Amino acid sequence: MGAVSAIFAAGFFQNGSVHAALLAGAVAALVTGAVGTFTVLRGQSFAGHATGEVAATGGSAAMLGGLNPLWGYLGIAVIVAGAIEALGVQRPRARDLATGLVLGAGLGIAGLLLYLDTTGTSTSGAAVTVLFGSLFAVTRSALPGMVALGGVSLALVVLTYRLQLLTALSPDLAAARGVPVRLVSLAYLLSLAVAVSLAAETVGAVLATALLIGPPATALRLTKRPGLAVLGSGLIGVAAAWAGTVLAYDSYYWPPAGRSWPPSFLIVAVVFGLYLGSGAVQRVRGRRRAPLAPGAVPAATA
Amino acid sequence: MSALVPSDGAATLDGEAPATLEVSGVTVSVSGREVLRDVSFRLAPGQLTALIGSNGAGKTTLFRVILGLQAPTAGTILVDGHPRARRNPMIGYVPQRVFLDPDMPLRARDVVSLGLDGHRLGLGLRRHADQRRRVEEMLGAVDALRFADSRVGNLSGGEQQRVLIAHALVSRPRLLILDEPLANLDLRAEREVVDLLGRITRDQGISVLISAHDMNPLLPVMHRLVYLARGRAATGTVEEVVRPEVLSDLYGQHVDVLRVHDRILVVAGADERLPAGLRHAGSAAGAAPHTERWEP
Ligand SMILES: Nc1ncnc2c1ncn2[C@@H]1O[C@H](COP(=O)(O)OP(=O)(O)OP(=O)(O)O)[C@@H](O)[C@H]1O
Ligand SMILES: [Mg+2]
Repeated sequence: MGAVSAIFAAGFFQNGSVHAALLAGAVAALVTGAVGTFTVLRGQSFAGHATGEVAATGGSAAMLGGLNPLWGYLGIAVIVAGAIEALGVQRPRARDLATGLVLGAGLGIAGLLLYLDTTGTSTSGAAVTVLFGSLFAVTRSALPGMVALGGVSLALVVLTYRLQLLTALSPDLAAARGVPVRLVSLAYLLSLAVAVSLAAETVGAVLATALLIGPPATALRLTKRPGLAVLGSGLIGVAAAWAGTVLAYDSYYWPPAGRSWPPSFLIVAVVFGLYLGSGAVQRVRGRRRAPLAPGAVPAATA
Repeated sequence: MSALVPSDGAATLDGEAPATLEVSGVTVSVSGREVLRDVSFRLAPGQLTALIGSNGAGKTTLFRVILGLQAPTAGTILVDGHPRARRNPMIGYVPQRVFLDPDMPLRARDVVSLGLDGHRLGLGLRRHADQRRRVEEMLGAVDALRFADSRVGNLSGGEQQRVLIAHALVSRPRLLILDEPLANLDLRAEREVVDLLGRITRDQGISVLISAHDMNPLLPVMHRLVYLARGRAATGTVEEVVRPEVLSDLYGQHVDVLRVHDRILVVAGADERLPAGLRHAGSAAGAAPHTERWEP
């Protein structure tokens, strides 16, 4: 019991906003981690990052209109994903350019809207909420929508799992097998838009990238099986979200006393810590396996 | 359509078996430029055919047309006697460049499995025992069992090529198309892949079509070749096609064919119209015969 109370500060399990934060964080992290595995596999981290940042435009517009920013994030994320796909075709360089263009334009608009938000009296905290999230401010009424969206995104991942792998292996190969490559990309982008919106709602538009890229990057270092990578990445995200939430609640008693640390920062810190830890695991394993590396055994086959 | 350029007629195929692949009169234009003109050839089961041409000759373009990824401007393509369907389980394909990132969480085994069911919806968690057996069998056939559980991105170029061949073959196609499988391989890996391809053609009784810019490594296993230059094709056995008359006609300039120690060298002859420096090296892009590389 002593250990439990040392980790979970008094009132943690009774607090309504903690419950909402735990659920919202878990949904967002699970979905983002799973989808992010394909973002990393496709080598499209930049497009994923841009989708999150530009979603700030929608979030800030929604707040100006008195709506939950989630719907703003989602609307814009879908448009951005579609625009990058339409502009960028398949070539990586063209895709990067298209992403950069959309990112620049979107952030410009977000800047304007956030200025209007912060100068408006009822929405003066909008900039921090939109850019860096406010997990403890996620309302109960937003939860069913988040869970439903997360379900849709995960369903897309499950449905197109093998098609995504084959397409990531080689789009040409997939197309030759009759896989509708554009449609598969679209399904991925839709699930990305949803994931990024959920992440923006919990850790903010700027930090959504950390949830999208960090857990998959960690999982990819730990497993060589595709299914385990997707699952592991989701679970690593959930673990980070929960650990961050607990730490944020505890941080009320940390210096400067009486003021909690932002959960977004703590979640991202845990994500990064896990990534560094996975590097250590990888090095230890690598050293153990070194004598068996392919280059070291040609004598056996020659 | 010069008389000197041999082209397969129905008569050149022995027996009743329909051609695995029949390409007739295929012309392809890419952004207004004619890349292939009136290309015709047929592939018989159990034969390995090499598609030879220098960079930009149109090898990949021809494959994309055969696979249905690109529409020809004119001409028809029959696979096993039928018009080609968009998704054709009869054709296995290994693209020219497959970039396999070392971070990819895919084992060699997973890549081969994707050849079986990568085009299906869902997770595919429950693979049948016979599907798993088929994957093992294929890994064995390309001698990849030793590294079946390694990340495919960490394998050597030759090992990756063998895994991709297993990926293409695992669904039992009747035609296997490989785009430059020997590029970037050292001599030993090259020989391994060539031996493997010869064995596959023999054992599985399928047609194999392989592109390459150098015919020499494939000479021991190839039955016929399709020689591409200036958008046109000459087809037949090495003896029929790799002759100065045929190739000069194809290239539109004088070409010599030299045989040295079992190697065939195709070299541009002295052509007064070309500047001296270009006479023996490849000249006008894509159109000139390539100089062969020399080995110690
Ligand atoms: N999408 C495209 N747009 C413009 N030109 C193209 C396109 N695809 C192919 N080409 C042109 O068609 C010609 C044939 O290209 P292809 O890739 O088929 O050659 P290749 O024989 O495969 O060459 P390599 O040995 O370099 O792979 C080239 O001149 C190329 O520039
Ligand atoms: Mg090519």
